[in-house]
Amino acid sequence: MSEHAIELTVNGHCHATRVEARTSLGEFLRDGLGYTGTHLACEHGVCGACTVMIDGRAMRSCLMLAVQADGAEVTTVEGLAEADGTLHPVQQALKDNFGLQCGFCTPGVAITMACVTRDNAGVEAPRMEDALTTAMSGHICRCTGYQGIRRAIRQLAGAST
Amino acid sequence: MKPAPFDYVRPASVGEACRVLAESGGGATVIAGGQTLMPLLNLRMSQPFVLVDINGIPELKGVSRVEGGTRVGPATRQADALEDETLARHLPAFITALGHVGHYQTRNRGTIGGSVALGEPAAEMPATAVSLGATIEITSSARTRSVPADEFYVGPYMTVLEPDELVTGIVYPDWPDGHLVLFREVAQRAGDFALVGLVGALALEGGAITRAGIAWFGMGPTPIRARQAEAALVGASLAGIDAEAVARAAVADTAPFDDHHASAEYRRTVGARIFARALRETLDLRSAA
Repeated sequence: MSEHAIELTVNGHCHATRVEARTSLGEFLRDGLGYTGTHLACEHGVCGACTVMIDGRAMRSCLMLAVQADGAEVTTVEGLAEADGTLHPVQQALKDNFGLQCGFCTPGVAITMACVTRDNAGVEAPRMEDALTTAMSGHICRCTGYQGIRRAIRQLAGAST
Repeated sequence: MKPAPFDYVRPASVGEACRVLAESGGGATVIAGGQTLMPLLNLRMSQPFVLVDINGIPELKGVSRVEGGTRVGPATRQADALEDETLARHLPAFITALGHVGHYQTRNRGTIGGSVALGEPAAEMPATAVSLGATIEITSSARTRSVPADEFYVGPYMTVLEPDELVTGIVYPDWPDGHLVLFREVAQRAGDFALVGLVGALALEGGAITRAGIAWFGMGPTPIRARQAEAALVGASLAGIDAEAVARAAVADTAPFDDHHASAEYRRTVGARIFARALRETLDLRSAA
């Protein structure tokens, strides 16, 4: 089994270390670097809880090896809020609308929302709402909390609720 | 969950990748986006000795025009292909089908070649390649060959690819300007593999169909071309098409099976229904019902 030297940036911090080839990025972020905001659940790409931003794109960190993130810029849920603690707009929207119950799926949901709102900045409300709702197919919430998530989406889209 | 131990290599060229595959004597597996392979590794359903990561090979990425068609590099991300103007212009059926592949998050990582080469029978991309008449370009250390997509798939997750071979391109032939897209699928949730689906293209001239390429997914061990339906459609005038009859002919070519999501009978029934509906909508025919 091969081991590899990797260097990556997580939430603006540089990390240089060695990883086993078979270590997933999600496992490495949690157990290797201590970014436990990233939640691992199904670990085979179904639930979306482990979604992180890699070079600006939302991806499942269980479906990627740590060694493949060599040279990448990773953003986890810990990297969304401002340094002074001001929540990212998607975090604020989730908070305002009870868009979470147990919170296990929330880090992934927030990352996806952050990517989609950034990519669709400036579009009219229905299109933003549609883009966000469609992207939510990649997340499973076992608290059945989808209505709160949808309210957060409508707030983010600027739609009248 | 942890995959079984393996060595990881990230070759920088096709030649280097092929050399590793040849030297591994069948123990190597190629990883592109990994959106289907990683689950198989995590669940230990796949246990390669060597994982060959082709993401660092620039020549395997991107979309280009070639004589008579459009060539897609296998390591092209699905999300990038969805935004590609060349594909949108020349292969609207490809773009329509690609929008149904996985989720926003998996398309950001998943690749066209990974989906095509894996041969999941319920996936959109293999059936799209078959329906449009694509050719798969294959290379190993020993030789280079091209295989028509409808000869590429031999069973579920089984293709004619030898263990030392690598898919280096997928070439989709041009269809006449203004050709029509045929697409329908039924899945339990958005982003799930389809229970039943069909994809294809129809070319028209003077109120008659001049060319048809249609394939099923989720309707057998491989993507399946609807040959009888294609034969019934080509040469037919729009006024003379009986959508229900063509749909029955299309279903006659399938070999669906029972699984815990749906019975073979359900697949045949729904297949006939969505095929007829797709034809009527695409060709703007009036419903016989």
